[in-house]
Amino acid sequence: MARMNLDVNGKAHAIEVDPDMPLLYALRNDVGLNNPHYGCGLAQCGACTVHIDGQSVRSCVTPVSAVGNGKIVTLAGLGTPDNPHPIQKAYVEEQVPQCGYCINGWVMTAAAFLNQNKKPSDAEIKEALAGIKCRCGTHMGILRAVKRAAEMMG
Amino acid sequence: MTKMEKSAHFSRRSLLKAAGALVVSVGMPIGLDAVLGIDEAFAQGTKPPLTPDQLSSYVAVNADGTVSAFFGKMDMGQGLFVAIGQMVAEELDVPFKSVRVIMGDTATSVNQGGASGSTGVQLGGKQMRMAAAEARRVLIEMAAVKLGVPADTLTVTDGVVHAKTDATKKASYAELIGGRYFNVQLDWNKEIGNALYAPGKAKPKDHKDYKIVGQPIAREDIAPTVYAQQDFCTDVKLPGMLHGRMLRPPTGGALPLKVDEKSIADIPDAKVVWDKGFLGVVAEKEWDAIKASQKLKVEWSVAKPPFPNQAALYDHIRKAPVRKREIGGKESGNVDEAFKTAARVIEAEYEWPFQSHACMGPACATVEIKDGNVTCWTGSQKPHFVQKGLALTLDVAPEKVRAIWVVGPGSYGRSDADDAAMDAAVLAKATGRPVRVQYTREQATGWDPKGPASVHRARAAMDAAGKVVAYEFTSKGFSRIDVNTNGGAPWDTLAGQLRDVALKSGDGFGVPAESYEFANKRLAWETIPPLLDRGSPLRSSHLRDPVGPQVHFASESFIDELAAALALDPIEFRLRHVKDARDIALIKAAAEKAGWQPRPSPRRDQTGSKVSGRGIAYSQRNGTRCAIVAEVDIDRASGKIWARKFTVAHDCGQIINPDGLRHAIEGNIVQGVSRTLWEEVKFDGRNVTSIDWMTYPILDITETPEQIEIVLIDHPEIAPSGAGEPSIRPVAAAIANAIFDATGVRIRRVPFSPDRVKQSLS
Repeated sequence: MARMNLDVNGKAHAIEVDPDMPLLYALRNDVGLNNPHYGCGLAQCGACTVHIDGQSVRSCVTPVSAVGNGKIVTLAGLGTPDNPHPIQKAYVEEQVPQCGYCINGWVMTAAAFLNQNKKPSDAEIKEALAGIKCRCGTHMGILRAVKRAAEMMG
Repeated sequence: MTKMEKSAHFSRRSLLKAAGALVVSVGMPIGLDAVLGIDEAFAQGTKPPLTPDQLSSYVAVNADGTVSAFFGKMDMGQGLFVAIGQMVAEELDVPFKSVRVIMGDTATSVNQGGASGSTGVQLGGKQMRMAAAEARRVLIEMAAVKLGVPADTLTVTDGVVHAKTDATKKASYAELIGGRYFNVQLDWNKEIGNALYAPGKAKPKDHKDYKIVGQPIAREDIAPTVYAQQDFCTDVKLPGMLHGRMLRPPTGGALPLKVDEKSIADIPDAKVVWDKGFLGVVAEKEWDAIKASQKLKVEWSVAKPPFPNQAALYDHIRKAPVRKREIGGKESGNVDEAFKTAARVIEAEYEWPFQSHACMGPACATVEIKDGNVTCWTGSQKPHFVQKGLALTLDVAPEKVRAIWVVGPGSYGRSDADDAAMDAAVLAKATGRPVRVQYTREQATGWDPKGPASVHRARAAMDAAGKVVAYEFTSKGFSRIDVNTNGGAPWDTLAGQLRDVALKSGDGFGVPAESYEFANKRLAWETIPPLLDRGSPLRSSHLRDPVGPQVHFASESFIDELAAALALDPIEFRLRHVKDARDIALIKAAAEKAGWQPRPSPRRDQTGSKVSGRGIAYSQRNGTRCAIVAEVDIDRASGKIWARKFTVAHDCGQIINPDGLRHAIEGNIVQGVSRTLWEEVKFDGRNVTSIDWMTYPILDITETPEQIEIVLIDHPEIAPSGAGEPSIRPVAAAIANAIFDATGVRIRRVPFSPDRVKQSLS
């Protein structure tokens, strides 16, 4: 067990955990955030995605000890209804999710991508999101939403 | 308490004045008691029992005038609850926004079957519509008394009953009953589940008067999900809760012989729960439960490998004894005789693999047993059956069990969710603590009930003039109810089977749903026994549109083969034989929207590696019809297929919410493409080997269609049928027919993975 501080959504959290434990469980159980989801534990689906220093990271395979002083942002910290990230706004406008369990993967990855690429092509958007899973088949809506967000940001 | 005190808002004078109205509207002898009794009869302060024959079981008007609609079916993410809200608001004449649909809790809704067979609107909505109409009728009766005017002079606008000719004579729903409950008996058909129907005396509105039904209304549950304000079934946390993990055997049917608890002695508070084949661990902290499940040393019995090798699957199905054979619908003519005298016979066989629900997240459930009462938080699409299953699993009365659905990681049929609920219950009982059990990805994809694998034989007889005179189609496969479609009984769940309750495998498959007319026609299905009688990772059950994709992949491919054999345009051939007027209109609508130019398949004008083709397929499903034109690009060198464009014509009768419907169709198409191109449960003799997203790949966003065009055919005059599944049904055949059109090669086995396509084309 080790004591460490996590900077999550702009707030410091002191936790005492097994340093080998994946960040996902620290966020869900020790910090008390429900939004990163367990989907596979294998970095294959994206449901656990968070940002560390602006990069999208799969928290299910990231040991909590590897975070260091990195600033973690989860879906809850990305934006709010009053101050949404454009991808969140677009997601609501396009009515994208069905069950919604996959949402962290798409929204957090797209947000990190769009923050770097203001005018992406369709092919670049697809490439940036490759490998993320959605079982309900909302892919058409996801692509519409990312394009809509890119237009808002561009 | 006297009746007068209860009805404090009634003045004696208004009640007396109302007497005339009562004679008209209720038709009973009038005395003051009877007048007072109207209010008493229709409304009361305590809630009547939650039974299907009570109006209060479906509708309540809250003190603020908002309406609660208690729905005993489930929305698993397609926005069904919006449609239900629209139907209730429409019949009650209240604003849509004032209706809240509450579902999935056995304490607040009766068993309308949960999510099942795309019947949310078709059956569940029908009942909610009748209940809301009855509530409106009763509220008008109550207002007639209060206002002292005949009921037939009243109407309702936005939840306010008022005189048609004098809007100042009014009483709001809130004033009439707000915060109290309807005390109105319905005419219940004594069925529960999908078949439940309990109308009142009211007739629902004429569709010509609709203001809310038919409108595109957005979902309000999207924003909470997008802003991380929505908790899922994985997020339930209870005081004193333990975290549980299950251990499954390396070989299907193997049992733990020795469990070395010392192997996890260094993990704080980790404990083993072991009962016959049921093996789990619990710990105070989730990470400790995970570690314990990974570290626990278990010696498993050496079980005989229960499965054929994957390569032998279809041979196994062909050779297996038929346990049940059923002819679907009515056989026409004399099929066997017609084949004997045929000038030409065309035959083909098609194969479909086991497929997994592969939900986005592995199942998770939490169970608390407290003072003899059991509460379960579950992602199951049928919580009322979970209630029953828990009662049997824990040996308590069903009324002591409450199952609460909390949105889960998708569903798509009888997924692993019901198994998780029972596992959590067994762990909770064994430990005396609330337990949250979370399956792993390996368990979710490896151990969920599977969509059944099957072989489909089709043959057609033609006369000398090339006319199809006989058609026979037979499916043979594992049953879709090897385990039942819900976790309502121990023999249907892993927790039951692993504790030695043998499977009670049922027989169910299906036949093509279409309106082709041939002089001699027979559609049949045959089921074969399961491979293992308990705890099988290949036990089969309902997967979205149960057996629909496989049956119609085969039947609609074969219809295309007949058209090609006769060198006819595939749509022209279909229209020669399809007899149902709605089917004809549907196929024509799809063809027109897709810009279909008549010609036979295959097109023979392409050279080189990259070729394109188009294909049509159509099917019915419990009243709904769907026709799909697929336009597909194929890279012959890599075998890679891009299902580039779909044109979908969809007729589900009356459309409740066109926006929700479009989203549902898009999801169906994309999931259908995934199942057609990629999905196949892999296994060896011992166990399932496709256990994650690498070994059980699904469609990637880079392979998403470029365009899905949707033509909605609205029939407001026809009762609505389902839309949750019908449009997944023809996807595989439309793609297969497009591949044939492009290449002249007929692929008769799903999935059309690059390797298989390459092999077929070489």
